[in-house]
Amino acid sequence: MDELITRREVMVVAAGGMALSQAPAHGADRASDASEKQTSDVPVSLRVNGRALTLHVDQRTSLLDALREYAGLTGTKKGCDRGACGACTVHLDGRRVISCLTLASRCQGKDITTIEGLANGDQLHPVQAAFIEHDGLQCGYCTPGQIMSAAALIKEGHAGSDPEIREWMSGNICRCGAYPNIIAAIRHASRGA
Amino acid sequence: MNYIDFSLKVVGTRPIRPDGVDKVTGRAVFAADTRASGMLWGKILRSPHAHANIVSIDTTKAAALKGVFAVVTGQDFPEIASEEAFVGEGPMNFRDLSLNCMARTKVLYEGHALAAVAASTQEIADQALALIDVTYEVLPHVIDVEEAMAPGAPVLHADMFTAGVTPKPETASNISKVVTFKKGDIDAGFAEAEVIVEGRYTTQPVHQAYIEPHACLATYAPDGQVQIHSSSQGHFMIRAYVAKLLGMSISNIRVNPAEIGGGFGGKTLVYLEPVAVTLSKKSGRSVKMQMTREDVFRASGPTSGAAMTVKIGAKKDGTIVAAQQVLKFQAGAFAGSPIGPGCMCGFAMYDLPNVDVVGYDVVSNRPKVAAYRAPGAPITSFAVESLMDELAIKLGIDALTLREKNAAKNGTKTHYGPVHQNIGFTAVLDAVKAHPHWKSPLKEGHGRGLATGFWFNIGGESSAQVHVNEDGTVTAATGSPDIGGSRASIGMMVAEVLGVPATTVRTIVADTASIGFTFLTGGSRVTFATGMAATQAAEKVVEDLKRRAAQTWDIPVDAVEWKDGAAYPAGSNAGAFEPLDLAALALKAGRTGGPILAEVSINAQGAGPGFGAHICDVSVDKETGHVKIERYTAIQDVGKAIHPSYVEGQIQGGAAQGIGWALSEEYIYNSKGLMENAGFLDYRVPVASDMPMIEAVLVEVPNPRHPFGARGVGEVPIVPPMAAIANAIRSATGLRMPDLPMSPPKVRAALDAAG
Repeated sequence: MDELITRREVMVVAAGGMALSQAPAHGADRASDASEKQTSDVPVSLRVNGRALTLHVDQRTSLLDALREYAGLTGTKKGCDRGACGACTVHLDGRRVISCLTLASRCQGKDITTIEGLANGDQLHPVQAAFIEHDGLQCGYCTPGQIMSAAALIKEGHAGSDPEIREWMSGNICRCGAYPNIIAAIRHASRGA
Repeated sequence: MNYIDFSLKVVGTRPIRPDGVDKVTGRAVFAADTRASGMLWGKILRSPHAHANIVSIDTTKAAALKGVFAVVTGQDFPEIASEEAFVGEGPMNFRDLSLNCMARTKVLYEGHALAAVAASTQEIADQALALIDVTYEVLPHVIDVEEAMAPGAPVLHADMFTAGVTPKPETASNISKVVTFKKGDIDAGFAEAEVIVEGRYTTQPVHQAYIEPHACLATYAPDGQVQIHSSSQGHFMIRAYVAKLLGMSISNIRVNPAEIGGGFGGKTLVYLEPVAVTLSKKSGRSVKMQMTREDVFRASGPTSGAAMTVKIGAKKDGTIVAAQQVLKFQAGAFAGSPIGPGCMCGFAMYDLPNVDVVGYDVVSNRPKVAAYRAPGAPITSFAVESLMDELAIKLGIDALTLREKNAAKNGTKTHYGPVHQNIGFTAVLDAVKAHPHWKSPLKEGHGRGLATGFWFNIGGESSAQVHVNEDGTVTAATGSPDIGGSRASIGMMVAEVLGVPATTVRTIVADTASIGFTFLTGGSRVTFATGMAATQAAEKVVEDLKRRAAQTWDIPVDAVEWKDGAAYPAGSNAGAFEPLDLAALALKAGRTGGPILAEVSINAQGAGPGFGAHICDVSVDKETGHVKIERYTAIQDVGKAIHPSYVEGQIQGGAAQGIGWALSEEYIYNSKGLMENAGFLDYRVPVASDMPMIEAVLVEVPNPRHPFGARGVGEVPIVPPMAAIANAIRSATGLRMPDLPMSPPKVRAALDAAG
């Protein structure tokens, strides 16, 4: 089992390690209201972006809410909470999953990569760099999910042609309609990969 | 100053997106990503009925639940007098907006808010909502626009007496107003016509469907100071609406613009903010709220659906002599559909002697409509441009030639009053004619459609500041939320004026307490109006820098020249001095008058109208009725593309949304007036595999009223797609599809009916 850390340490990891511009993670607010909780929390130990993390989450909590509201990693976005838009895509043991349909409590011992953990330090992942170079985004809200999906798609070997990329990216909606540039970015990144 | 004929170094180039790294690394902070110490979660109880009286609301059990800090209902909100507001996009009534945010005695659509709670966790908030007891008296409802207009229809508002007709009606109805536009003599026009075509068309409400649901974080402090972080197209709009709806003074409210995850017009109203502030006031804590996707569909947006008839009369040579249109637009539960622009935009592309347009604004038990990209224009143009295609076929004239023959030009008087000036419609049609797509032979089994579109574009009030920082770098601040790359375009215009690279200028969106009033981001106004303000601010900075150089050199200011980011002596008799660049002048700022900055606030006039034309090739699967877009070209007069990539992105994005509107998107209601497809699985927006490559072609006819010639570009591209696709289907199959969406079941049914 992964190293257990306290709630306070979770906050430090989240706030310090991930360049969040926002205030502390949910754990801080929840601590004072713990006595008011109606359901029992369960501890879940994960590796998130290479760091061991133990979260105490409601059994019903999705991996998406666990990342955003408990671990303070807000780069992963909630667009529909029903598995239909792809904005919350993360990697679970290297495979892309829709984190809003994944129960956090089922992720015991799993390795999670989010958009915050994709780059190697200051060096952007090739897909991130390609999205910038090809301008594969407009408003940017679906972008973390698009990029996580694209990075996995290339590893899966589904970037052979534009129609193949389009098909295997069709779970990620971009309402701004940046699809031509998203496809171009993935094509470019896949050749370099 | 005007730079239209200058050789430009920054404007017109394609630097990388300044907000790109934040957005690809998850750092960009959207409204739901913010939090505050001790924050609560706010959630809203929404009506399960399409139309009902609220008999009673008992919140006792919810309020008693551990972890619940506040429960509010309509009683917690002040009564607002009926008053027209021009705060958002299109007219809105403050009272209606208040009632839309929180129902008082009646719920008018499924999803209408009627109570809210604030609790320590989302789970407790959900639990509390389930503990609120509401007794409803369910009323008959009406969904369809024409049924809502019929005598005997359930009336939503007992005080709605149709405006715009004389004498004023004595009985209440669902028709809030009738608008008419007339030019020439319509009867004489049709009498003169040698060919007349007529058609009836319907469109369905479609949602803006931004991927980021509405979200905000509000804090009400004991001294009455309010802080709001919110995702919107106008933080000044949020401030104005919250002040009015809650009876607060504007100076007590500070709104911080979060990064916005798509708006497309749908984030030009308030839904959550007044509720969050009220919950915060009652609980004494900060309150965060975020809509669910179902809430977004059921209770925000969409744009109007419509029923329309069009009649056009022409001479045999294609000259149109009469054009008539009747438009019935759904407004949702409260008055205020985009019927005005709907009446104005349909025929705005053409030079017509006799025009008669009548429009009805009609309420029904649906969510109140919000602006959506060129509000009203795509609906009306679907009808007009479909019928133009029929006219071309009937006359045996090419679709492009018919449009060229009747195209609006400079000096054309529109049927709604103004005379077109500085427009580029004929240049757009020339570009269609010259484009390889238009000239290419049609592939076997494919059909080709052409349609055009118009949008006014607007100017309005904007504020901008340009600061030269201590190290010579530049910060440009404006009050315009960036929904389409405007931070880049504004920074580029400032950089061009200052003579520095684009990367020297960092553009930010300042909060309501840190910049002058700025009207919301809508109407394709930001690059035009806020860009104009920023350009003027940069020019003032240049004047100041020249004065400072003159002071340093002890020479007259008109002996100083500014070029390539530095002050130079203007000619040899001005003296021999080393140039002073931004960094050098910034270093001496303390000795030459203090910090270097300029602020400009304007009410920008002279927005150039935009015109576009789309060419679309389709194939139709006869077995399934599925329409495949085989090739798509969107041509548009953009005035001057400040950042051509982002202009192309706007055109591709608008066309993509139009393709969804044309082929798959619609609100589906059951017999109880409840929406059956409030999610992305059943409300089908285009995904990557649906989309063809959309080629964007930029035509640049400069708008002389903007320093760089820019026109708004974000709205025109959603206007032509529906008719372009309908016309392509007509070309491929011989079938006219008059009802949107042209989804597989409908196309299949039409194919079957035609045998």
